Amino acid sequence: MPIFDRKDKSRYATFTRRTLLMTGGVNVVFAVLAGRLYQLQIREGDEFMTRAEENRVSQRLVAPLRGRILDRFGIELASNRRNYRVLIVKEQAVEGVDAAIDTIGKLIYLSDHQREKVKRDIANNKPFAPVPVAENLSWDEFARINLHLPYLPGIQPDVGETRSYPYGPDLSHILGYVASVSVDDMKSDDDPLLSIPGFRIGKRGIEKEFEHEIRGKAGASRVEVNAYGRVIRELGHDAGTPGSDVYLTIDQQVQQFAAQRLGNESAACAVLDISNGDVISLVSSPGYDPNAFNVGISQNEWNALTTDDHKPLINKVITGEYPPGSTFKPVIAAACMDNGLADLQVNCTGSMTLGNNVFHCWSWKKGGHGHVDLKRAIAASCDIFFYEAAKRLGIDKIHDTAIALGLGGKTGIELPGERPGLIPSRGWKLKRFGVPWQQGETLNTGIGQGYVTATPLQLATLAARIASGNAVSPRITRYIGHSEQPRIPLNRLPFSDTALAAVQEGMNMVANVPGGTAFPWRITQPGFEMAGKTGTAQVRRITREDRATGRVGNANQPWKLREHALFIAYAPVQLPRYALGIIQEHGATPEHTHVQMARDILLFAQQRDPVKLPNAYPVNAADRGVDEVRG
Amino acid sequence: MTTRSYAAARRTLSIGDKLLDVNWGLVLLITIIATAGFAMLYSVAGGSFHPWALPQMVRFVIGLILLITIAMVDIRVWMSLAYPLYGAALVLLLATTIMGKVGGLGAQRWLELGPLQIQPSELMKISLVLALSRYLHGQQVEDISKPLKLLIPLAMIGLPAVLVLMQPNLGTAMILCADGASLLFLAGLSWWWILPTLGAGVAAVPIAWRFMHDYQKQRVLTFLNPSSDALGAGWNISQAEIAVGSGGLAGKGYMQGTQSRLNFLPEKETDFIWTVLGEEFGFVGCIAMLLLFAVVIAYGIRIAMASRSQFGRLLATGITLNFFFYIMINASMVMGLIPVVGIPMPLISYGGTAMLTVMVGFGLLMSVHVHRQVEIPRHSSGLM
Repeated sequence: MPIFDRKDKSRYATFTRRTLLMTGGVNVVFAVLAGRLYQLQIREGDEFMTRAEENRVSQRLVAPLRGRILDRFGIELASNRRNYRVLIVKEQAVEGVDAAIDTIGKLIYLSDHQREKVKRDIANNKPFAPVPVAENLSWDEFARINLHLPYLPGIQPDVGETRSYPYGPDLSHILGYVASVSVDDMKSDDDPLLSIPGFRIGKRGIEKEFEHEIRGKAGASRVEVNAYGRVIRELGHDAGTPGSDVYLTIDQQVQQFAAQRLGNESAACAVLDISNGDVISLVSSPGYDPNAFNVGISQNEWNALTTDDHKPLINKVITGEYPPGSTFKPVIAAACMDNGLADLQVNCTGSMTLGNNVFHCWSWKKGGHGHVDLKRAIAASCDIFFYEAAKRLGIDKIHDTAIALGLGGKTGIELPGERPGLIPSRGWKLKRFGVPWQQGETLNTGIGQGYVTATPLQLATLAARIASGNAVSPRITRYIGHSEQPRIPLNRLPFSDTALAAVQEGMNMVANVPGGTAFPWRITQPGFEMAGKTGTAQVRRITREDRATGRVGNANQPWKLREHALFIAYAPVQLPRYALGIIQEHGATPEHTHVQMARDILLFAQQRDPVKLPNAYPVNAADRGVDEVRG
Repeated sequence: MTTRSYAAARRTLSIGDKLLDVNWGLVLLITIIATAGFAMLYSVAGGSFHPWALPQMVRFVIGLILLITIAMVDIRVWMSLAYPLYGAALVLLLATTIMGKVGGLGAQRWLELGPLQIQPSELMKISLVLALSRYLHGQQVEDISKPLKLLIPLAMIGLPAVLVLMQPNLGTAMILCADGASLLFLAGLSWWWILPTLGAGVAAVPIAWRFMHDYQKQRVLTFLNPSSDALGAGWNISQAEIAVGSGGLAGKGYMQGTQSRLNFLPEKETDFIWTVLGEEFGFVGCIAMLLLFAVVIAYGIRIAMASRSQFGRLLATGITLNFFFYIMINASMVMGLIPVVGIPMPLISYGGTAMLTVMVGFGLLMSVHVHRQVEIPRHSSGLM
């Protein structure tokens, strides 16, 4: 039997030996694998569990509902509107994105611009991410989309929230607007909400000033996501804290009336409640549509706003610093009364000389006002009287009186960007220009020209202070959420009653006595009469040549060079309730259109009398009592 | 050598006898492992037989029939078919590689013959074990280590390995080399060859590096420092480790694996199925599975030891070790012990070719078991 020999036996022995060796190797490998399992699952199991959870769970911020802005009667001036929109999800659009967009385009209007934006957004997002096709749809459009939904694969109707300003431009400068978060915003604010796509924050006005109160606190949604970031399900939800509502002192009706009355003029007007400084109306004209910024303003619209010479984006009523002109004269008059010049009389011949300079009265053509006392000087706005008065008072007394009457410093209204205006003094001149004060400059100050500037809101404050003798300061918010805004104490001003009475009588004569500069445009309804003071402010210096050629009148000048027209007023003359300051840029006309505007606004305000109407808010009765216990 | 065994060797077994003689314990074991695989595929599909579990079950049943059929065929037949099969596999491999190069495609592993898609490299794994077993069956222990005699088996291993490497398929090339080397070792290759070769292998690492494809280099680099590329190539390794590790002691529960369910795992139904097991059944489940594998290997080695022919012994061990190499490389790869090379977990990973290859292998193993008493003369190893 030659098949099995000894050599086969030795071969088998070798095989057995080596197989055992190999089995040992196999066992070592299995031991290593088991060891690795032990290391991963037992020793580091907890750490990997955490990492798996981090993979799985994603925290998403939930934007809180933005607080509303309401007027004194609870009318919504800024609110959250339902935003009917249509979204598209690429991966669900089985017939292709183009086909889906075309189909929608047959149901609602889609501009080429919109179509391109959608395609761009789709390309930049993951295929399962919903991309907005159209927003702010009407209910009809939205219903049409919903009706056709079975034939629109990949299209999702959706209801979001968007900021809405129902009164558009009328309140634009008070409310401001919300817009997308900019890089700078991100730097100055570390609230994680800002990183939510499409989040809007206040950029101007109340929306900016009270951004943090209105914004609310972020909510969070814990969602399970897969490796591609697709949300599988929600694990937990916290809606966050809605922002606080802001209650303004504004009466939407007066505001709307004033805005309409100013029309498209480049003008600004403030109306205050004299009893406590509540701003009833604050208009800067022209306004802009704040809704446009929320939706996303186009380049054309933006260019139109920025190149308009009426400057619709500027809130003139608090940031416009104008020479007050003759509206400054009551300040001089008040200073005279308490500084031994109560009985000052001046003979106005149309001009006076100081050193080498000749100072003209606006009445120089007809040979001056003749003999004037303080009240008549106010009524006729005699420049010569106030030159003389200013000369005798000196700049320091004028400065102190002006400050006491609310000029030369911010009023502290709760709006961003307020300017302080300027009341010059010796110290200021030296510091600013390094040269001493000149007496000629005091004379210019006497008629509200030269260095003096004031904002329309300051002018309204001035009127309120003269009318009441109290340190009235304007404020525009009453409540933030449920907490009352602090009231500014009404301190008595350092003027004697006779001084106030004299100035008040002068301002009464301006409107209600023939010869007064505003007499033709007075309020004639009994019990609603107003007192006031007109003013014009030179934009350019009137040269001797101008006087010689008669080129002084405004009508002959280009718009930009015409004088500003100003007016301060309060009403009613007996027991004043409303104070007003108005400016019409380059608007000085013989018709005194700005005085007509002021007259109509003051009459409207008195007839409606919002400060006497009960407020919708607060529920707190004690507060309402304060409003109604007024003179 | 007893008289009884002598007689048994001479006797021609009937099909009935053979069926009774099949190691049904091993078949049961394989079925248990495969069933665990179906369960995992059902889980990764989110609780559905589609698209993976059901086709896999169909393939397994086909594989099982194939296994029994192959087991019924005398190992002498398989021995006689060893060289022709090897030759056919080599030609197919050559065809695939050339077509791949000519076609200008990157990885070319499939050969399409009409409606049939075959992967010659898989066919080669079985054929190489068969052919080497046959060749070594005819060699005396002292002959194997003679340089000239050694050239033939080295060529038998090297030729297909190089072709597979050119496809390029590093993982399969590694398995071919490991299979061949193991058989040479078991047949009694002198330590004088083994130890210097191992030394040279270590020394050759830098040279091999130069010949590696960029993607292979990247895999190695990523393996060495997965966090260096945590969102790119390192992602797979990191996520696989997180999956296995987060399973902890007892796992997150069947169908509760967040890593697999939320698609953090790459190729979870094929090469990375082990991580799903680790995540859902934890340490306990993985160790249990490793034990099942170990028992299969023990069965294989026992079958080899019981065979009365050198061909049978080598074939059985070769098949068993081939199975083992799959497990070793796949498990090490998905647990971050070696770079990612693209080798499935046998019996569990989804894939038709791999399943059939493994089942054909087990068929040959079973044939060795059924025909363990068959004695084959050494000289019958030559070409017939």
